[in-house]
Amino acid sequence: MNVTLTINGTAHTYDLEPRTLLVQLIREHAGLTGTNIGCDTSSCGACSVHLDGEAVKSCTLLAVQADGADVTTIEGMASADGTMHPVQQAFMDEHGLQCGFCTPGMVMAASSLLAENPSPTDEDVRIGLEGNLCRCTGYHNIVKAVLTASGADQ
Amino acid sequence: MAVFVATDVESAVQRLDDRPDSVVLAGGTDLMVEVNDGRLRPSPDADVVAVNRVAELRSWRHDSAAATVTIGAAVTYSEMLDEPLATLAPALAEAARTVGSPQIRNAGTLGGNLGTCSPAGDGLPVLAALDASVEIASVAGRRSVAVLDLMKGPKRTTLEPGDLIVSFTLPVVDGWQGYAKVGVRNAMVIAIASTCLVLDRQRQRVGLALGSVGPTVLRVPAAETKFAAALDWRTMTAERDAVQAFGDGAAQTAAPIDDHRSSAEYRRHAIGVLTRRLAARGLDTAGRAA
Repeated sequence: MNVTLTINGTAHTYDLEPRTLLVQLIREHAGLTGTNIGCDTSSCGACSVHLDGEAVKSCTLLAVQADGADVTTIEGMASADGTMHPVQQAFMDEHGLQCGFCTPGMVMAASSLLAENPSPTDEDVRIGLEGNLCRCTGYHNIVKAVLTASGADQ
Repeated sequence: MAVFVATDVESAVQRLDDRPDSVVLAGGTDLMVEVNDGRLRPSPDADVVAVNRVAELRSWRHDSAAATVTIGAAVTYSEMLDEPLATLAPALAEAARTVGSPQIRNAGTLGGNLGTCSPAGDGLPVLAALDASVEIASVAGRRSVAVLDLMKGPKRTTLEPGDLIVSFTLPVVDGWQGYAKVGVRNAMVIAIASTCLVLDRQRQRVGLALGSVGPTVLRVPAAETKFAAALDWRTMTAERDAVQAFGDGAAQTAAPIDDHRSSAEYRRHAIGVLTRRLAARGLDTAGRAA
């Protein structure tokens, strides 16, 4: 089946097996391996990407369901000149990552949260990230990073 | 497996009729988890009919003359949290807020909730307590049935092969409605017990539906009638004993089982607590407004 979609601003067309998951398209066909597969069952959030501007878990969507859609992955967050997205920079500054496996999903979920609520409280951030698991349990600094990215005083 | 991405209801039901062993896919939050887990293997010649692009299923409308709201089957939980829909159907918004995480609420749909028909589905007690109806399409045409009549048992509905859930129609209630749920944690949790309470001032009617404590969502007609009679609908107040009895009646009607999530005993207890808590919250809120 043919699937045409935009990933990080570039249009792509792929001829895919109908059963292909969106995350498989992103990793195996587009070669963008920043999006991780953690659980395959939409529990962990590692595979979070933006689909038409909203965070979704790409492991439980078929690629054909995203036909015509605009997808942003972690690779699309930094500017072309390499300047990091404010959320990425804040994760660095606040040590919001340890092993880094959950980080792409965390950054995608956090940026989606900030797009909807630019001035979240600590609790808003924890609720906004409820679908993302950190296996290092480094949640404290992740929440700090999101608050920093929002410009909140701490 | 083949995937058919439907663009309208007619093409979707035609495809379902052509290949009756097809499965309907909306947000994928139930179906794709089953597939990825290996619990569901669509046969090589089975069709998946994806309906998340069908405009009719993605929209909702408010009929102010009839005081109803009709919500398309592929409207997502996130959309149920957005205004003005959240104000028209507040208990549904409250239930939607407890579903999964933001990513799951951006994908999961009300139609999928009923299609899966888990006794723990968060939208289902709300639809049941509001006596919502569901429109179903097939190649034979469209029909409307009560959501309560469609839910048959755990993950079983009376839908026939070839049927497609199109929309839900629920009343816009003058009064109070709320949803409450117990789970093992606050985030990403499947209900151990859940309740939806509707206090319809205009019709002087009480609707209470229980989730996760029976083969499917349960209503509690005897306790509802008793509580409606005990309520002062003008001031929206009730004696403490009436609230206690309402909770006890709900707990008695519950038919929970022991499973990996909880025990029957705890679930029955939780239903009493949730019912009393919702009743107190509803009377407090509606009483202040009265």
